[in-house]
Amino acid sequence: MNAVLEANGLGKRYGRRWALSECTLAIPPGQVVGLVGPNGAGKSTLLQLAVGLLAPTAGTIRVLGDRPAASPEHLGRVGFVAQDTPVYESLSVADHLRVGAWLNPGWDRDLAQRRIDQLGLDPAQRAGKLSGGQRAQLALTLAIAKRPEFLILDEPVASLDPLARRQFLQGLMETVAEHGVSVVLSSHLVADIERVCDYLVVLVASRVQIAGPIDDLLASHFRLTGPRRDLNTLPASQEIIESSQTDRQSTLLVRTDGPIVDPAWTVEQLDLEDLVLAYMGRAAAGERARPRIVEVH
Amino acid sequence: MIEFHLDSRSGVSPYLQIVQQVRHALRLGLLREGDQLPTVKAVVASLAINPNTVLKAYKELEHSGLVAARPGVGTFVTKTLSDTTLAAHGPLRQELQRWLDRARRAGLDDESIEALFRDCVRSNAWEDVA
Repeated sequence: MNAVLEANGLGKRYGRRWALSECTLAIPPGQVVGLVGPNGAGKSTLLQLAVGLLAPTAGTIRVLGDRPAASPEHLGRVGFVAQDTPVYESLSVADHLRVGAWLNPGWDRDLAQRRIDQLGLDPAQRAGKLSGGQRAQLALTLAIAKRPEFLILDEPVASLDPLARRQFLQGLMETVAEHGVSVVLSSHLVADIERVCDYLVVLVASRVQIAGPIDDLLASHFRLTGPRRDLNTLPASQEIIESSQTDRQSTLLVRTDGPIVDPAWTVEQLDLEDLVLAYMGRAAAGERARPRIVEVH
Repeated sequence: MIEFHLDSRSGVSPYLQIVQQVRHALRLGLLREGDQLPTVKAVVASLAINPNTVLKAYKELEHSGLVAARPGVGTFVTKTLSDTTLAAHGPLRQELQRWLDRARRAGLDDESIEALFRDCVRSNAWEDVA
């Protein structure tokens, strides 16, 4: 497997504060990867390191087998839409396309024009006057018309209304269907991720909590409810992600590859949101439990 | 041509929803042999879902012999479901009807009946896997 993005012990420090530390992950090609995690987990930092807008303080990161932004040729193979989908406010839509064509050797003029027509954008309109949804679509058009192999999007739909969000994701998925581009997108909206992504990475406090194909993750996690029992009596193949007990009842969220045969349990499927929350909760609890002696300088 | 929709709160994965909707349409006769399924690009553009999800659904339908892909043209229905299972529906319904009568006589309400039914379907599915 040639990972499109590979990080090893990656870290970025601002002064004394580590925005990302000891991050190790590998993202397989040909997927639409959803990157989720709480604010401050290091998602944006990771993505900005991946496109070479930031340089690592520690560790290594490779994108499409090379250092980020290693060469003009490499830059052309990676598309990036930054948080809040920024555009140049005083430039018109047509200006944006001209700049795109001028800066990118692999620019697909027809694709760009077709998308602008489809979206009904007025080429003479200044980007500052566009709606949030139109701005996001313009930013996406610029990123895909350079025909990248790998598209990185940092919370592209966070500030959009539901209709604009749906339209943006439709455009993105059409691109994936047509050009087979690999995608990483960060988002808080797990429902969107469940729809458009086939691979999930949960990042909490710089650490990857879980990563894998979404269908596999959903097929291997269950909620078990039943009479209270000693959790040490569970089969070794069942990893407890989350548990709560009352005096009578045990409720567990477990990960297992085999069937759950114990008739005492009522077994329920999880949706992706439950799964993400369980891993985020577990990481947060672990964080609290860890002694904090490193803070003393 | 049929159109797919997704219920994000159903708990059923998107690819399975597509499979089920095709099977449902076949059963109801909305889709017949020779009919074309929407192209992957069309489904993706209307539902904003991952193309691999649609491909996976179509592969599964192909695997069960219901549709066939013609490269460069599209995916077409090769078999209908209605004639094969419809005949079995009547007798099964009668048996179920009789079972339901017995369950009610035993004092089960709708909720208990549904819970019991779901539980049996699930454990039966596990037995098939194991």
